[in-house]
Amino acid sequence: MPLDNVVFWVFAPISVASAIGMLLMRNAVHAALFLVVNFFCLAVFYLILDAPFLFAVQIIVYAGAIMVLFLFVIMLLGVDRGDDLRERLFAQRPLALALGAGFVIEIVLAVRAGIGFATKAPAGFDAVNEPGNTQAIARVLFRDYFFPFEATSILLIVAAVAAMVLGQRKARAVTQAELEAMRG
Amino acid sequence: MRTPIAYFVVLSGVLFTLGTLGVLLRKNALLIFMSVELQLNAVNLALVAFSRMHLALDGQVLAFFSMVVAAAEVVVGLAIIVAVYRRRGTVDVDEARGLAG
Repeated sequence: MPLDNVVFWVFAPISVASAIGMLLMRNAVHAALFLVVNFFCLAVFYLILDAPFLFAVQIIVYAGAIMVLFLFVIMLLGVDRGDDLRERLFAQRPLALALGAGFVIEIVLAVRAGIGFATKAPAGFDAVNEPGNTQAIARVLFRDYFFPFEATSILLIVAAVAAMVLGQRKARAVTQAELEAMRG
Repeated sequence: MRTPIAYFVVLSGVLFTLGTLGVLLRKNALLIFMSVELQLNAVNLALVAFSRMHLALDGQVLAFFSMVVAAAEVVVGLAIIVAVYRRRGTVDVDEARGLAG
């Protein structure tokens, strides 16, 4: 059995199990930690798919920055309250599970019809990645996708400003008594 | 690489479905948001797998863009959740029914 096959069959069950764990955990912190496990598994898949740059970005951005932000907000809002698991909508759970099962079956059938389960990745990706994955991505990014790249910079600025606007508390009106006290 | 590409695509579909179930079944807005992140990651895996199959880097660049957008989305989404919590004292989506008829 080739090595990347072994890696796949070790990490695929872990990633699915951690996703199910995130789904079932009552405590939000536990769910977030399961999600970190899942992100690490996806990073490993990027590695065996010959995408080492995305492997690094996945760990730094997702498992690092985004999950720290999530855990920070979970702590800010209080961790002890468990999720209310009572369902108020009629037949929501059975319908959701049926929809999920149908969706998985549909994807399996579509993949079998589209690319087939025997198709291996063609050799020659090293030539695409010449001289290295990061340099090759930089070439594509700054040559073919330069305008979208600039657009993302605007997006990040807008997102940062939006977070500050949403996050600030409204300034309280100064009362007459405080005004007197300030004047001394 | 000897693993068939279809395995990665099916795994990506399974993870996406689990994320969808999280959105449909959970009540805590934070957990719903985490499930959306799981969906985004599942799609990224499919993009990278197809990039490998077609011997082109465009899929990887698209996955990179999707990570940038996800980072911006998390910042704004968490700020909205914190603002909702300050206003209502809960992040349970069933409680946010001010617009219900």
